[in-house]
Amino acid sequence: MNYEAIVIGVSSGGMNAMKILFSALPADFNIPITIVQHISPRSDNQWIKLLNDKSNLHIKEADEKEKIEPGNIYISPPNYHLMIERDKTFSLTIDERVNFARPSIDVLFESAAEAYNNNLIGVVLTGSNNDGTKGIKRIKECGGLAIIQNPETAESSYMPASAIAAIKPDYILSLEDITELLIKIDKQNNNPYELNNQK
Amino acid sequence: MEISLLLEAVYQKYGYDFRQYSEAHIRRRIMNRMVMSGLENVSQLQAKVLSDEAFASKLLQDLSITVTEMFRDPSFYRSLKENVIPILKTYPFIKIWHAGCATGEEAYSMAILMQEEGLYERTTIYATDFNQQALNKAKEGIFSNGMIKEYTTNYQLSGGKESFSSYYTSNYDNVIMNQSLKKNIVWANHNLVTDSVFAEAHLILCRNVLIYFDKNLQNKVQKLFYNSLINGGILCLGSKESLRFTDLYDEYTDVDNKQRIFKKKY
Repeated sequence: MNYEAIVIGVSSGGMNAMKILFSALPADFNIPITIVQHISPRSDNQWIKLLNDKSNLHIKEADEKEKIEPGNIYISPPNYHLMIERDKTFSLTIDERVNFARPSIDVLFESAAEAYNNNLIGVVLTGSNNDGTKGIKRIKECGGLAIIQNPETAESSYMPASAIAAIKPDYILSLEDITELLIKIDKQNNNPYELNNQK
Repeated sequence: MEISLLLEAVYQKYGYDFRQYSEAHIRRRIMNRMVMSGLENVSQLQAKVLSDEAFASKLLQDLSITVTEMFRDPSFYRSLKENVIPILKTYPFIKIWHAGCATGEEAYSMAILMQEEGLYERTTIYATDFNQQALNKAKEGIFSNGMIKEYTTNYQLSGGKESFSSYYTSNYDNVIMNQSLKKNIVWANHNLVTDSVFAEAHLILCRNVLIYFDKNLQNKVQKLFYNSLINGGILCLGSKESLRFTDLYDEYTDVDNKQRIFKKKY
């Protein structure tokens, strides 16, 4: 399977989780990552700069109509929903909050599932509400891969537990193991031979 | 595919053109309506839209954007006061076009700002939208009490000079905006997609509308704005919108790039 994109949903406890994840990804990590993190509508993007300093990859706020390119990590801007179009560009909307959140994880995941079908990886991390559950379900329905943080290892267990209750995830792992798995998948993506040999 | 057929049908029958809107947004709205109405697929929904005008009007509400706030992005209003008001002060009368005003929150914000700057008496705010239901609500100027706390914070952060509560009267669950604010606002039905140049405006505000359009439509609407502005007129976009991908990028100078405030070149 060739994975073209990773979408991640994260809420409370997200800053630490993202620090761990992004500082561990190597500079040649290719699959583009898009993240919804629940943040205050008035938050500035200072924290993106901090994350960027710790990462080998380029972390930036997603711009409307921006084309999604490999090697980048895109973060949803505060107070907008972030969607992925079929032509693999971003759209922003100011529609109503979903699950009390704007940006909402479900909104990103559901649009990404339509855009990438089975070439998509969805990841639900720490958080204290059930945003992301409907979205990860949609990703599974479209044939994508579902990875959920093991609730026992999450700073807030509610969000990953809610996702696990709704679907049969492909993986339930600690953050460290999720990082390792993503790196492995990315390497297989770049070397289809290696994948074939393993089979 | 099914969705583009539906949008074509809506356009042919009702004249509302969503064919160049962001597809992901439209799909999400249509799927929500389908589920809420117990319909199984888009063709069923299309049949209902074409035969049932009340249902069509519901879908129209779904597809138009009516989410807005008073003094959304307070730092934008601060920049407006600092950088744009001094320009507006030089005109004997001021025409402001609020394009895509939805339920009017931002138009009332503008009226408050102009009043505090002592300019409202010589200002006309043309607030337009294609959604008549939203316009009717805007005209009434009645808003839910639940939002007022947030609006008050926004107002204060934007550098408001008065007590925000002096601009409305509370009435149970609602507040009613003061008559003096409504005085110089002209509410009008105008469709950015299908209608033409609106007025010789000194200032055009169109914030968080263009994000819903594809690049071609954005470009078309930007031309409409350009042709509706006087030379030296000011264009304000939403905090995530830009002129960068339009043909008109070189026709404006930055007033405040971060707050997306631009000035039409002479």
